[in-house]
Amino acid sequence: EIYSLCAVGSSSNMADDKDILRDVWFGRIPTCFTLNLDEGTEREAEPYYLLLPRVSYLPLVTDKVKKHFLKVMRTDDVEEMWFEYEGTPLKWHYPIGVLFDLHASNTVLPWSITVHFKNFPDHDLLHCSSNSVIEAHFMSSIKEADALKHKSQVVNDMQKKDHKQLWMGLQNDKFDQFWAMNRKLMEYPTEEGGFRYIPFRIYQTMSDRPFIQKLFRPISSEGSTHTLGDLLKEMYPDALTNDVAFSEKNQK
Amino acid sequence: MSPLGHVTSSAMPVSLLWAVDVYGRVYSLSTVGQQWEQCRDAQMEFKRATAAQQCCWGIACDNNIYLNVHASDLPIRYKEETYENQRWNPVDGFSERLLPSDRWQWSDVTGLQHQPLDGFRLPSGSWEWEGDWYIDENFEGEPTETGGWSYAIDFPAFYTKDKKWNSCVRRRRWLRYRRYKAMDTWAKIPSQQTSLPDPFSDISCGGWEVSEEPRGRLSLWAVSLQGKVWFREGICHHNPEGSLWEEVALPGEVVQISCGPGDLVWAALWEGQLIVREGIGRDCPKGTSWAAVDSPSPEVGVIHLAVGVDVVWAVTKDNKVWFRRGVNSHNPCGSGWISMVGEMMMINVGLNDQVWAIGSEDRGIYFRQGVTASELSGKTWKAINVPRDGDRSHSSASASSLQSAGCFFSGEVRAQSVMSDADLDEKGSADRDSGCVPSTSPETFVHPLTDPTPDQPADPPKPRIPKVTSDSFISELVSDREPGKTSKELGPAAPAVLEEEEVSLGEAEIQAPCAGATLSPGPSGGASGLQWSNVDLEEAQSAQARAGAAAADSADTCSLSSVATYTLALEDPYGADEHPLWAWVSGGGCSVDSHSQLNWFNSSANTLSLIQSVQSMSLSVTPAQSAAWKRQIFEQLNERTKREIDNFKHYEQAIEQSVWVKKGTMQWWRDWKPHKWIDVHFALEQFSGPEGDKDGILFIYYNYYEEKKYLHAFINEVTILVPVLNDSKHTFAVYTPERTKQRWPIRLAAATELEMHDWLALLSVACCDSRGIQGPPSKQAIWSVTCKGDIFVSEPTPALEATPYPTPCDQMFWRQVGGHLRSVECNSAGIVWGIGYDHTAWVYTGGYGGGFFQGLASSTDNIYTQTDVKSVYIYENQRWNPVTGYTNRGLPTDRYMWSDASGLHECTKANTKPPAPQWTWVSDWGIDYSVSGGTDKEGWQYAADFPASYHGHKTLKDFVRRRRWARKCKLNTTGPWQEVPPIPLSDVTILLCPPGSGMAAVPLWAISNKGDVLCRLGVTALTPAGSSWLHVGTDQPFKSISIGASSQVWAIARDGSAFYRGSVSPQSPAGDCWYHIPSPAKQKLKQVSVGRTSVYAVDENGNLWYRQGVTPSYPQGSSWEHISNNVRRVSVGPLDQVWIIADKVQGSHSLSCGTVCHRLGVQPMEPKGQSWDYGIGGGWDHITVRGNSMEPPILRLPSLTDPSLLSFCSPLSVRNTEVNGSTVDS
Repeated sequence: EIYSLCAVGSSSNMADDKDILRDVWFGRIPTCFTLNLDEGTEREAEPYYLLLPRVSYLPLVTDKVKKHFLKVMRTDDVEEMWFEYEGTPLKWHYPIGVLFDLHASNTVLPWSITVHFKNFPDHDLLHCSSNSVIEAHFMSSIKEADALKHKSQVVNDMQKKDHKQLWMGLQNDKFDQFWAMNRKLMEYPTEEGGFRYIPFRIYQTMSDRPFIQKLFRPISSEGSTHTLGDLLKEMYPDALTNDVAFSEKNQK
Repeated sequence: MSPLGHVTSSAMPVSLLWAVDVYGRVYSLSTVGQQWEQCRDAQMEFKRATAAQQCCWGIACDNNIYLNVHASDLPIRYKEETYENQRWNPVDGFSERLLPSDRWQWSDVTGLQHQPLDGFRLPSGSWEWEGDWYIDENFEGEPTETGGWSYAIDFPAFYTKDKKWNSCVRRRRWLRYRRYKAMDTWAKIPSQQTSLPDPFSDISCGGWEVSEEPRGRLSLWAVSLQGKVWFREGICHHNPEGSLWEEVALPGEVVQISCGPGDLVWAALWEGQLIVREGIGRDCPKGTSWAAVDSPSPEVGVIHLAVGVDVVWAVTKDNKVWFRRGVNSHNPCGSGWISMVGEMMMINVGLNDQVWAIGSEDRGIYFRQGVTASELSGKTWKAINVPRDGDRSHSSASASSLQSAGCFFSGEVRAQSVMSDADLDEKGSADRDSGCVPSTSPETFVHPLTDPTPDQPADPPKPRIPKVTSDSFISELVSDREPGKTSKELGPAAPAVLEEEEVSLGEAEIQAPCAGATLSPGPSGGASGLQWSNVDLEEAQSAQARAGAAAADSADTCSLSSVATYTLALEDPYGADEHPLWAWVSGGGCSVDSHSQLNWFNSSANTLSLIQSVQSMSLSVTPAQSAAWKRQIFEQLNERTKREIDNFKHYEQAIEQSVWVKKGTMQWWRDWKPHKWIDVHFALEQFSGPEGDKDGILFIYYNYYEEKKYLHAFINEVTILVPVLNDSKHTFAVYTPERTKQRWPIRLAAATELEMHDWLALLSVACCDSRGIQGPPSKQAIWSVTCKGDIFVSEPTPALEATPYPTPCDQMFWRQVGGHLRSVECNSAGIVWGIGYDHTAWVYTGGYGGGFFQGLASSTDNIYTQTDVKSVYIYENQRWNPVTGYTNRGLPTDRYMWSDASGLHECTKANTKPPAPQWTWVSDWGIDYSVSGGTDKEGWQYAADFPASYHGHKTLKDFVRRRRWARKCKLNTTGPWQEVPPIPLSDVTILLCPPGSGMAAVPLWAISNKGDVLCRLGVTALTPAGSSWLHVGTDQPFKSISIGASSQVWAIARDGSAFYRGSVSPQSPAGDCWYHIPSPAKQKLKQVSVGRTSVYAVDENGNLWYRQGVTPSYPQGSSWEHISNNVRRVSVGPLDQVWIIADKVQGSHSLSCGTVCHRLGVQPMEPKGQSWDYGIGGGWDHITVRGNSMEPPILRLPSLTDPSLLSFCSPLSVRNTEVNGSTVDS
């Protein structure tokens, strides 16, 4: 999700933006799910291996995981499923790729995630009762980003079914279906040279603030195109000097 | 790639805005430039400039008229000809001794004019001879073997090229070319008339849209100091200077004149009223009479006006600006004045009715923003703030011109007050030219002074600007009068005075009063501005800018009020605080419209350093660098994929792939009779196969007698999706090989254009995915163009040209590329050129998509805006009756009185729409005189009855007549194309490259739309647009050209004969001379295509001809052999493969015209092939296979193990055998 900060011309015989979009979309993290040892099980649970899409959300892609571990669980011990990596509860409302880069970028693959069915950490995580909660969160992110990009004009002009197409595209991992609609959100009139503001978040672990999010224009006051480096220089200069682990997100 | 492409997103042809500053220096500003370039060449100061696209006219201070013709790759040359006449007598045979009653021995074609060779003179010092006289060896397109002589019984008579027993006289033509040499320089127009008027004070050129013939025709109007008007006769491409001045009778004395691109000519009289020229037309560019129009306000007369195609702008003596409502070709006087915001000294209307003006206060140049066809009065004035090239560095050139300026203004000037300064200026110039200007009548200058405002001396000092031109001097005087002042003072208090209000009756059609406040500097302006909700930001900003400028002016005022400081200012016009003071601007050559992206407004007046920093900043991200960081991202992603996925591919995917369905409703042209549109449900089901490959099925659900049925097509069988021309529905056709054989596609219509484009883009991506095609077309791609101007490409496989079993061409998959073209040509080095319907040349940029292909179906780079213009034609039909002559009352059996060409469909001016919804009208209906067969003066063609062949003059046997009306419409789209300005083309051809050959410069030849043969220099695979044109002389206009693999250039002249260009080689890219090739008997050729060795041509009757007997030593060949009929166009490729567009191909369900066909059985020993295979169609206009150099796989048949026989399968190795072989039978 680190793409299209600026669209500047390039020569014809090289990687097209479209290839980059595909590579970003089809990014996968090999993951090994293991059941927390304290869970009440009837028999030992085998770990479960899965390729997780980086652009999706954990509850959206872990139906199989849930099904797998429920087979060994005592039904009365089952509460809302949640995930943890090396003691850190994983926020489901962060995209999977962000979670991985933020907490586990130095880990040996596969990424080992512990699955819990009780003791839900209420002060760390939001509850996720159904996919409609994820959908609401996802759509609000889309709307927030479009407010910055187009004063919400594009997302407001879309019909309900268009919103649904975006969500279904993500939910079913349909690149074409998603981008057939998302391209409208990524367009701007050529004479304007870019979005109004670049929607971005810089997630950080070692701070009391979970992420940095500020207004940032794609074009400088002198008329030149801003680069990702310019953005970081202004928002998070440490990233350029220190080798601090960070994850940067340019929301869709 | 041109760096230009990165500065502006659309490739805009460069054109110039011309201006003269108050010191008489001439500057031009390029539409892609950011500074005024001084015209250093001007030896003296200028008063006026008036520009067309190809030239700029000016009046210099010597009162002579100068012409600056822009250099072009197309030379201006004129063919002089004279005839040598001889008579036979028994003693001498043919000799120059003629009978006393005969014509001159050297004469013109009629024999009436004596024209000896040495009697020809160059028209002016701007011309030079190209060479000496030579004899024209050709006679009516056929070479003569008799030294160019043609024979007849007597003068004047019918000439033949063969001498007969009764041939008593003969003649031959001598030719000599002269060339206009004074390009890019100010050349004086010689005054050939001794009775030439008093000095000219104003000129205006225009009228180029009145008629296309003769080419480059211009109207030039001039006003003399005594107020007379003159018209320059005979200006056209080969006579840029014109021939002579003709005086135009007037109802009064004119002070200024303005001529628009079309037939509008207005002039301002000394008394402030206006006159409008009437009766201007293609037969009478000078017009016939004047009509009077009153000044917008009875008290304040007009001092300046400017006209365009459909607009008139005027400035009254109080510097107020007025817009004339309702002006057009039919009503040149218009219907009413509208007062506009702004105070201007002069106004100029350029191309596309765009408006330029010079502010009366700051003398800055303003551009009217937002002028469109629907809103001709525009929105706001925006100051053009770019520096002049002399502003920063005092180059030696500018220093010298400065010196000459000082010299001209002379020492006395400094001692004078500003007013007399200007006066002296006139005298000075008059004195200098005392030879040709006997008396500059002083009373003309006094004239405006006869009514001076009494309180003028009481005026507070205001910035004074030296005047160079005589009538700007007048305007300066009148602008000092009371009315202007009062209105200005009233401005802030009563904004209504300045609002744009309609003076005459009629509904307000211009925008609501928007900027009453903007002209009034100071806080009160802002307050009153709030009342108007539609005050736009830009207007407010420009008002601020202007308020700032005004403040600067008033600051200057104190310093300038003393004459001494003013003189200082004159000495140092480049002073840091000085902003340019302009006297005149002309946009007649400046091709911009409301969509143009100009770099003229980005900077404020004195921020040169900022501009430079911006320039350096924007240069800091070069294409190469951006390519580098993109590649870096791509590589990092690849590494990530390798790290995170490649070793874990055996892991289960979190989300199972499933079927994705997209549904919609559409209309379908049902398969059974009666055919009609019926509502259907439409669904595309897509799914991924086990290997990740994608496929899909298209379903069309319909009701058949209450029963639900469906039709389906597998996406991987769809061969093409074609948008179909339809002015009322948004339709497209889906073909499969089966449907191609039937000539009956699935025709669908979407409810809206947007919906159709969404579906087309989606289906197109689905088709490409199912075939694993993505990215730009390959260098081998086959390009084709439909009659709608849509562009398609197909990727060939080696099997396509295989013998004996090639891929059937109905199985070829075509995908669309954005843009709109009439033809495309390419070669296998990936160089692709296209020509639009408006003859604009375009070069392919390497991208894909564009048009409605957006997002995933389109590359993000290399897509530019593209425009095209074409004409829609309708016919007016009339029948003669004995009572009233020709009328629009036909017989009951007749065609519609307004119809299409066939007469079957009614097409009136009102109900005829542009060809498709994306097209918009850009002109009004006009009579089209360029119809084959000719027309009379009113455009009529006559015939005995409908339908019949028409001729251009009425005879006794004619009872019906028709004339063609044309209206231009324009398309704005996008695609991977960039314009190659400036010469419009009608044909282009690119050298066929052998596969893998890294040729440095690739020969590219073209024909201009006027028939000139051109050779493009600097074309390489990296710079496909090349650098410049080299003109190749011909004795007549050409229409088609083709270059083969070994640089054999063939061309077709407009008269239908063929030519071979000798000695073309990499060393001599333009060759040396043309060899005339006789056409097939009684046929006029229209197109030629040359492959590796094969030469094919198509004639005007649709016959396809193969050139026999072509060998390396005799490349012209010996004769034409008929191959096929019903052929519209041929393309021969680098493998000598032959593809055509055929008319009338019968399918199982229908007949199609304009079908792609492939010649089967073409082999080295059999270059003519055996039969045709039928591909996609109808509606195809053009195909080029010249990029496909993929050798077919060599078939190793067991019987062909003998190496000598095997060589026949490898075309390269048998080339010589083949050529020799075909010589035998000729």
